[in-house]
Amino acid sequence: MSGEKKFDQTDERRQAWEAIYAKAVKKYPERLPQFTTLSNEPIKKLYTPEDLAGFSYQDELGYPGEYPYTRGVQPTMYRGRLWTMRQFAGLGGAEETNARFHYLMEHGETGLSTAFDMPTLMGYDSDSPMARGEVGKCGVAIDTLADMEILFDRIPMDQVTTSMTINPPASILLAMYVAVAEKQGVGRDKIGGTIQNDMLKEFIAQKTFMLPPEPSMRIIVDTVEYCTKEVPRWNTISISGYHIREAGSTAAQELAFTLADGIGYVQACIDRGLDVDDFAPRLSFFFNAHLDFFEEIAKYRAARRIWARVMKNRFKAKDQRSMMLRFHTQTAGCSLTAQQPYNNVVRTACEGLSAVLGGTQSLHTNSLDEVLSLPTEHAVTIALRTQQIIGEEIGVTNTIDPLAGSYFVESLTNEIEGLALEYINKIDDMGGILKAIEMGYPQKEIADAAYTYQKQVDDGEKIVVGVNKYQMDDSLPIELLRIDEVVEKRQLQRLQKIKDTRDSAKVQNCLQAIEAASKNGENLMPHLLEAVKSYVSQQEICDTWRRVFGRYSDPGMF
Amino acid sequence: MGENKIKVLIGKPGLDGHDRGAKVVARALRDAGFEVVYTGLHQTPEQIVATAIQEDVDVIGVSSLAGAHMYLFPRILELLKEQGAEDIPVFGGGIIPDDEIDLLKKAGIKAIFTPGSPVRATVDWIRTNLGK
Repeated sequence: MSGEKKFDQTDERRQAWEAIYAKAVKKYPERLPQFTTLSNEPIKKLYTPEDLAGFSYQDELGYPGEYPYTRGVQPTMYRGRLWTMRQFAGLGGAEETNARFHYLMEHGETGLSTAFDMPTLMGYDSDSPMARGEVGKCGVAIDTLADMEILFDRIPMDQVTTSMTINPPASILLAMYVAVAEKQGVGRDKIGGTIQNDMLKEFIAQKTFMLPPEPSMRIIVDTVEYCTKEVPRWNTISISGYHIREAGSTAAQELAFTLADGIGYVQACIDRGLDVDDFAPRLSFFFNAHLDFFEEIAKYRAARRIWARVMKNRFKAKDQRSMMLRFHTQTAGCSLTAQQPYNNVVRTACEGLSAVLGGTQSLHTNSLDEVLSLPTEHAVTIALRTQQIIGEEIGVTNTIDPLAGSYFVESLTNEIEGLALEYINKIDDMGGILKAIEMGYPQKEIADAAYTYQKQVDDGEKIVVGVNKYQMDDSLPIELLRIDEVVEKRQLQRLQKIKDTRDSAKVQNCLQAIEAASKNGENLMPHLLEAVKSYVSQQEICDTWRRVFGRYSDPGMF
Repeated sequence: MGENKIKVLIGKPGLDGHDRGAKVVARALRDAGFEVVYTGLHQTPEQIVATAIQEDVDVIGVSSLAGAHMYLFPRILELLKEQGAEDIPVFGGGIIPDDEIDLLKKAGIKAIFTPGSPVRATVDWIRTNLGK
């Protein structure tokens, strides 16, 4: 081999450079004893072709839109169309959220994304004692179809796609969405969107749960089975790492536990008798864009490669679309600081940029005030403009996967892939993700990582600008959004009115049908659709389930 | 020595599932030598107060990141008073704007720790205020 081609430690030119570096470091020592990613993975001072020995362009990367999709799932990526700019919105009542939807659409948003309040997320109506103080606080309150009709008033449901962040009652909200669309004259085969519908990550990280894992999985598989036949444009599960990361995981843990959840869902659907290529193309993913720029980019690239191989080799998918990992990204809420909140604009811009360089299909950029309250219109506009600047001003969308071939990025992609696969194999050895969750394994790993990180911040090993370095005594005041108490009153009145005027015999019949189907294993979706059209409330359905299936409660480990 | 250990209850009132902060604090307090009781998620104020009294804790910490603190935190103080246990100090944590921190303090919450507070601050606060 000629000297030109050698890059390893024995190479003369490399040795010469190492000597020069050693001399320079003597004069100007390195800033840190050890450089690591945000997740604590060590970073070398330099990456060279040596780090990619044996790397095959065809096998590891391939072309964009081609297996294993490392370079992106579309052949054109952002040269064809930018990602969907989908800002999460939900505040107060259906009226306020509908107004925010219209505001965002007028300002260039291209997809809707709905945040529900805690009672709705947990399967309670606004009049439940469990809902006291929480109605409309961190999202919109939806009790019956009447609320949903207001939420999507004057929204053309055949033209927009809607993401609904909902889990235990996901099937009920989907039924309501179908019912509202039908009232608008839009058939269920014409609507598009996503329900999160990802209970596994709830047990692992976000902790919005209702039923135990087994019946939760059954209801999820019901929605997949139903949508595969009836709502073909609907994304049936948004397999979410976002909350896993917010709960404190590392990047590799986020990737590993999310993909392990995905494997769990695919297996459950196959066990139901579904053909993998019939439902897998409608599974999508949701990742967190955290602060470590390159680690995040590598994470998305590794995610696509692992998923493609899992789908092809493990589940024997034939359809290319089953192997494509499509994902939405949200910038990291937990990276934002209440101190010097305007700095959050910069953090969010960097995080959003990493998501774009990682090839996301859809993005939510956080508003600078989200660490203090729900975002104001002003703050959400800056966040949306951040995406537009990334997409249209700075040139990073002009070519596909511009970082491919970078010694560092490819090395890091390989490394994160390896770390994630180790976790996935460990979970397989435990007997699958449900077993691992029962044993508290992912929960414990995440809690450990969160604690380690907090200690590093407290000790100044990881810098948070404005918090443990560059602090200031007085911060600029910022305007905050408050949810008026009127929302709760109006919501309670509306619910009462519905309950007084609906056909109560019909309500009882619907609930009995749901109870019977819950017990006999029949697909629940047609019964839910019937029920919501009769203005059965979501808590009434959830209470039926809680009776039949029991509840899940937090084991309270720390 | 164990007899004198400060006993802390960490509670998660309401429907909010964000337990990262509560768990990190619970663990830091345990590492600092306190005895820690963690309620787990989705507790009503009634359940938290009942646990605090039954466990005979010295101090209660409650965490909420979903905006319901203005109902839940004062409700806990109210229930403690009803049970004649208002001598148990209560501190809070979570996403809480400055002016609401003032209101909660006026209502009787002794301290509020927002995201970005080092856990050491909570440990020190308990030591200073409950020096045993």
